Amino acid sequence: MRPVVDYARLREEVMEVAALTNYNRASLIPVLRTVKEKYRGIDSEAMQIIADVLGCHPVEVNAVATFYAFLNPKPEGRFIFRLCRTYSCELAGKEEIAKQLSRNLGIGFGETSADGMFSLEWANCMGMCDQGPAMLVNDEIHTKLTPNRVAVIVQDYKKRPEAHTPARAAEQPLLGENPVECES
Amino acid sequence: MSTDAIKTQGNTLTFSAIPAGEGLRKALAMPRVDIIDMVRDSKLKGRGGAGFPTGIKWNFAAAEKRTPKYVMCNADEGEPGTFKDRLILSEYADLVMEGMTIGGRAIGASLGLIYLRAEYAYLRKHLEDTIKRRKAENLLGQNICGVEGFNFNIMVAMGAGAYVCGEETALIESLEGFRGEPRNRPPFPVVSGFLNRPSVVNNVETLAWVPCIMVNGVDWFKSIGTNNSTGHKLFSVSGDCEKPGVYEFPFGITVADLLKEVGGSDAKAVQIGGASGRCVPKKDFERRLAFEDVPTGGSVIVIGPGRDMLDLAHNIMDFFVDESCGQCTPCRVGNDKLLKGVEMLKAGTCSDEYLDELKGLANTMQVASKCGLGQSSSVALLSIIEHFGDEIHGR
Repeated sequence: MRPVVDYARLREEVMEVAALTNYNRASLIPVLRTVKEKYRGIDSEAMQIIADVLGCHPVEVNAVATFYAFLNPKPEGRFIFRLCRTYSCELAGKEEIAKQLSRNLGIGFGETSADGMFSLEWANCMGMCDQGPAMLVNDEIHTKLTPNRVAVIVQDYKKRPEAHTPARAAEQPLLGENPVECES
Repeated sequence: MSTDAIKTQGNTLTFSAIPAGEGLRKALAMPRVDIIDMVRDSKLKGRGGAGFPTGIKWNFAAAEKRTPKYVMCNADEGEPGTFKDRLILSEYADLVMEGMTIGGRAIGASLGLIYLRAEYAYLRKHLEDTIKRRKAENLLGQNICGVEGFNFNIMVAMGAGAYVCGEETALIESLEGFRGEPRNRPPFPVVSGFLNRPSVVNNVETLAWVPCIMVNGVDWFKSIGTNNSTGHKLFSVSGDCEKPGVYEFPFGITVADLLKEVGGSDAKAVQIGGASGRCVPKKDFERRLAFEDVPTGGSVIVIGPGRDMLDLAHNIMDFFVDESCGQCTPCRVGNDKLLKGVEMLKAGTCSDEYLDELKGLANTMQVASKCGLGQSSSVALLSIIEHFGDEIHGR
């Protein structure tokens, strides 16, 4: 069964964040961050709701969401692995880490695992140049990576309860292209 | 919080000797105009890389009649190889907020915004806790330190992953809920910034130096560094050296002396100022790091012997193609052409005639691009072509 998103709830969540700035356009990025974090994607229906609440056109919401690397409207995994590709991390050996990550997660860069749990991406400098290679997994930073440690870190994420609990419908990725299906 | 203990090495920073609250109390005992005079006399220049004199910036904003005004802290530290602001925000957030508060007092603002890059989201809680504590200590909030009518608050606003938002007008666009596309200047943000109100945008490190100047005095600050680049500077050192980390050195230090301190003396080159900076070859290691010689926001990437300089050029051009906001043609198309050019150089298929054309294109981009990104994205490539001709040819 296709995931069903509770858009009424989504609207409430959008209103809640937007209320902090009195429904000013300035809350667009905080709103998009909230939706992205919760639903892992931002579909056209969600964009329409955000546009309604903030009094702008949905195209503008789309324009902003697609501009920022962390607001990618495409549905992504519950854990987004972002490996730093900048020169300091390159000198520190990012290529080996990239291969290991790809192998352990079973996906290439720019891909999301079939179960919707993991995404793998490149990221630009994350300010850990003295401790490279570095990566972010959602908001958590991992530094001084070695291929061995990568294997352990990936295992740790796979063991986390969030990686196993069947997602509530509203937490499923929003866009229809994603092959993820709800268990219940 | 993070799963790894973030341990950044380095030397002892002046910041560690400045107690929270002291600089602010000193500033609040002075008339506003004296605060600005002090910052101006210290010749403190923007530590983000552009080096605009902070006192002059504050003076412009103070002179504006329209209110409300805003003080922004640019914590969108995205320049490759830079991480000093991460360290300052983690360990000396009080000094940064104090610099903002003093700035608020000086220009007549009552709200400060810290624009924190998405990659540093794990610092958000720490910053918000610091704001809460400072409110409890009456260092933020209403009638700060008992000064009747001086109200100032700070909020943290999150970025969402865009290098160009480190450019001050793009940062403001982002804060207002738009794509981070730089604005035409003038008007400058000091006249018309956030929500079209007078706003000063200062780098994290710049703001942290302000309370230090208040505490230790203008003469102390001017006695350090060079004539045109006063004070200490924090350097983010990474790459092929024994002791990467955040180091405080006086402006004017030579590349060679810096390399000695960090254990990187055998380097063949150093990339100064991140992706938008220049590549300094070994023969120029006696050059000085200062606004009048080799300017830098503090990023120092040490490149050891045996590294391929075209790999550096490739990495940098890749970065700019990804991070160009796409608004103006010289930058959007130019960076793409330069990247393809570097790929041709690597493959040995770039003729000298075409290389000359690329250099011409790079120079055009430097004058025709709208903001600092496109104006500086080819600096590294041009310096690599200039200094490593033998390495680039012969493939």
